[in-house]
Parts: sequence; structure tokens; C-alpha cells
Amino acid sequence: MTTPTIPARKPGGSRRWFLRAGTSFAAALAALRAPTSSAADLPGSLGAPVSGYGSRSRFERALRALGNARTPRSTVSYAPLRDTFGIVTPSSLHFERHHAGVPELDSATHTLTVHGLVDRPLVFSIDELKRLPSVSRFFFIECSGNTSSEWTGANAPDVQRSHGLTSCSEWTGVWLSTILRQSGAQPGATWIVAEGADAARVARSLPMDKAMKDVLVAYAQNGEPLRPEQGYPLRLIVPGVEGIANVKWLHRVKLVDRPAMTRWETSKYTDLLPDGTSRIFTFEMDAKSVITRPSGGETLPGAGVYEISGLAWTGRGAVARVDITTDGGRTWNPAELQAPVLPLAHTRFRWSWRWDGGETLIASRVTDETGYVQPTLIDLLKARGRFSGYHNNAIQPWKVTAAGVVTNGL
Amino acid sequence: MVSSRATVAIAALLCLTCAAAAAQSPALGLGHPASPEAVKAIDIDVLPDGRGLPPGHGTAAAGKPLYIAHCGACHGATGTEGPNDLLAGGRGTLTSARPIKTVGSFWPYATTLWDYINRAMPYEQPHSLAADDVYSITAFVLFLNGIVGERDVVSETTLPLVKMPNQNGFVPDNRANENLPRR
Repeated sequence: MTTPTIPARKPGGSRRWFLRAGTSFAAALAALRAPTSSAADLPGSLGAPVSGYGSRSRFERALRALGNARTPRSTVSYAPLRDTFGIVTPSSLHFERHHAGVPELDSATHTLTVHGLVDRPLVFSIDELKRLPSVSRFFFIECSGNTSSEWTGANAPDVQRSHGLTSCSEWTGVWLSTILRQSGAQPGATWIVAEGADAARVARSLPMDKAMKDVLVAYAQNGEPLRPEQGYPLRLIVPGVEGIANVKWLHRVKLVDRPAMTRWETSKYTDLLPDGTSRIFTFEMDAKSVITRPSGGETLPGAGVYEISGLAWTGRGAVARVDITTDGGRTWNPAELQAPVLPLAHTRFRWSWRWDGGETLIASRVTDETGYVQPTLIDLLKARGRFSGYHNNAIQPWKVTAAGVVTNGL
Repeated sequence: MVSSRATVAIAALLCLTCAAAAAQSPALGLGHPASPEAVKAIDIDVLPDGRGLPPGHGTAAAGKPLYIAHCGACHGATGTEGPNDLLAGGRGTLTSARPIKTVGSFWPYATTLWDYINRAMPYEQPHSLAADDVYSITAFVLFLNGIVGERDVVSETTLPLVKMPNQNGFVPDNRANENLPRR
């Protein structure tokens, strides 16, 4: 979004004085913005009383950026990554991808039906699910279309629109394996089909081994019930796997002996290669990282020390290291990783940078615990061609001009 | 007469069976039986082999006016005009400089078309079409792609037999074989 603005004090003289004195315009701006403290600014009267449900300061304005306005019920909203901190995305700012709008579902009447190749088809109320052994875990969810705008070079103006289709939350629910054991999976069950209760009944198939491994049926996010736009009252969390598989508004799980080949795993979310074939069921999200500060759309007030901060994640385990370049890729320096580094969750990295005021490119590069190294866009294009669409995890450079203006450096 | 040794062995076996059963289905007693009727009312999945398709039939000829009324505004009179997803044309473009992914050029299974129309279309009024109407609109979209004839009957038995042009165009996830540089 925007750089936090401190009200500019009226300068004593004209800006030209600073310029004539040989100070750069950026430094002049910095001087104009220099914070001052004053007892007169401290409150002298009583504040607001206690309240039932909190809201943020009226001085904070970060918002999700909305996608295609022509189809507001089948589009995305991007999380403002530059204005989030740590590894948790506030639930209110978690990215969205809906295919038929957000349904209004009541947790008192919503149910989950498990059927198909099971010994006992069962219906669970939300209250019954909450009586099963619960688990809380931090997991990222990334839409496989995240960063698809950048396949052909710089397109998005800022990190929100280039990378804002990833978010990370603490999810609470029941392991799907616990629920499936209540119904008793039959030996022929090799896949599940999970379906949402949205108008389009969005449905995805998942292999049974993944379903039994670490898939969560979540009813809570960041300590409170799911938000409607995140699947209230029930959603699937498929750790490390492309967002579309994390079926929201979950109401039905069917055990089957082959994938259903729904529209969302054939026509969409398949990756076209140069030879005309398309990869299908590309579940895991490859290791990816991006600098969120400084990033596109902001202006650095002048040479000096800046903390470079960003997010890294991988669908194949934990982040092992993140390296930072501030000279366009000539040299790389290991960033500090904020503990705890959790598998299948966002990892926050940081590195202190002394900018000399010259034009440069800055970027981050993640290596995950499997040894996989985040590729450049050129390497990805060589491997996949221009029309793969999904799963763009390329290194994202930001260009910093001598005036401190930060733009998309692809 | 069963020897005491055999009795012990049988008891041990029974115990093992119990343990295995307990591990498979912890007797938590939660969840209520879902009746076949209740499941049938919500189970709309259609598999590529046709399982899940309800009895019914349609033709492209019957589907054309339904398509124009329910689909034309978003997908165009011949499925090539947009403004939303293109449904027809694009054959042979997947390796070109401008790939066009349509039902005819890209979708691997005809059953997916029936399933998607049935669960999500028309966009503003999903779940409003009768099964026969879904068969007819499916037939018309296949006809627009030259995959079935105008009078061919598309039904729960014939639809799974339709071979889509790009059915063999999909490969499993082989990203591990990509020659991306390692450090």
C-alpha cells in the first residue's frame, strides 16, 4: 500500500534552499519527514471504553487489493504482504479466491458427510467434529496462480499484486484421517473427492495417502472460527498443496477408486508445457520467497540503513536458508531466519542493508530442506515455456533507482 | 478337543485382530449414519467412466436453444466469442505462440463438461437445469467442437464413450525431472 506518512511540517524556507545547499532531493524529503515528539501530542482526555470485538487503529489502512471487478464473485483479493509482519497473515487480510461468491452458512446446521467406499457413511455436525481430537498447526496456503502475472516479465506494480495470493495462519481442526477412520475406508479407496457448499460446488480430488497423512478439516483460524471468506464453518487444509485443493465450505468427502477429474483439476490448475502436454495434479507448491520490504511502490528517503524483510515458504517441508542480493545477483548473503522455522508455513527472513544511494536490484532466493533452490524466471521459462500459467515461483527482483523509487525489477 | 496351546494361539490372534480393528476405527461413536437417500441427494460427482451420471439424454439440436438462452451471454453464440471462457475452437493451438484452451482443444474428459454444467452453470442460477437439459447443452458444446453430430444422442451410457481430442495430452507431475540449476 503506501508508506506510512508522518504529517509534513511546513519547512522554514523553500525546498530550493535544500537543493542549493547541495543536499539531494531525497534527503531533503527525509528531513521534511523527520519525526518529532511533543508533549502536546499526548492524549489529555479519556480514551475509548472496552469493547466486545476489537478493530484496528483508524490510522492503519492496509487492505486486500481486489481482482477483476467485472466478476467480483469469481476472482481474487490479494493480501497486502508489505504491510503484514511476522509469519501470520491477519484473518481479515488473508487472500481470497472464490469461484461463485461467499456462501452464508450456519455452523448450527452445516454438516460434513463422509461416504463412498466406506464401511459406514456418516454425517457430522460441527459440534461433533469439535468433540474429536483437535490439532492446531501453522500452514501457508498459496494459490497456484500466485505470481502468474509475472510469467512474461514485470507486470504487477507491487508485492501485493505480484505475490499476495499466499497467506499463513494457525489452523485448528481435526485430522481428516481421524474422521475417515470413523467411517472406515475400504481397501479400494485410493482417492477422495472433497466438495464445498458454495454455489459452484467446487470439488477437488486428492490421493488417499495424502488425505491420511496430514490433511486437516479446519473450523478455526488464528484462534477464532473461520471467516466466511475462508470457508466458514469448515474447510480443508492440505498443507503445502496448491490453494484450490484447500476446499472451503467443506460439506462432503467421498472416497473413490479414481480421481473425479473435475473442471478445477483438468480445464484449470493444469500446467501447459511447450510440447503441448499439460501437467496434471501438480500438488506441491515449490519453494518461493519474496522481499516484502522494501518492495515495489515505495520510495526510500535516502541512502542509509534499511532492513530487508520478506517471506519464504515451500510445499516440501521447511525453509533451509534464504540468501539476499543487493547488487543485482553478483553476490548473495545469508539472511537471518526468524525462529521458529515451521514446515509448510511462511518463514520470515531479514537482512540489514546499507544502501549507498546508487541504482541497484535487490532480491531473495530460498533453498528448502530438500536442497531445491528457487529458480530465476529465465530458468523457469526454459523448463516450462511461457504458458504454464500456474506455479510461478521465480526469484522476484525489485529495482531501486538513485532517487529511491522501488519498482518491479523483472 | 482343542489343545490348550491352540487356545492360547487363537486367543492371541483374536487379540491382535481386536488391536488392529481398534487402530483402524477408534470407537469414538461420533457421527450419525448417513442414509443412502441423504447421500444420493447431495452426491453429484460424475467420474470419467460415467459413474454418477443420472439417467437422461439430449442432443445438440435440442441443446442449441438452451445454450443460447442460458450460456450465450457469457460464452458467445458459437462458444468462441467470450467474454468468459472460450468453449470451442483452438484445436492444434496448444504448441503455438497463442494457445487457446477450450473444451475441444484442451478438456480431457466429456464427463467433466456434464459435471461442471450440472454443478456450477448457468453461473447466476446453478442447479436450475434438469438432467436432460444438461445432456443437451453438453451435446451442443461437444457439437460446436465437432466432437459429436447434431442428432447424436448423448446419454449416461454414450457420454463416457466420447473420446476427447486432448484426452492423452496430460502427464503426471514430473517437475522433479526439470533441469533447474542447483547451487
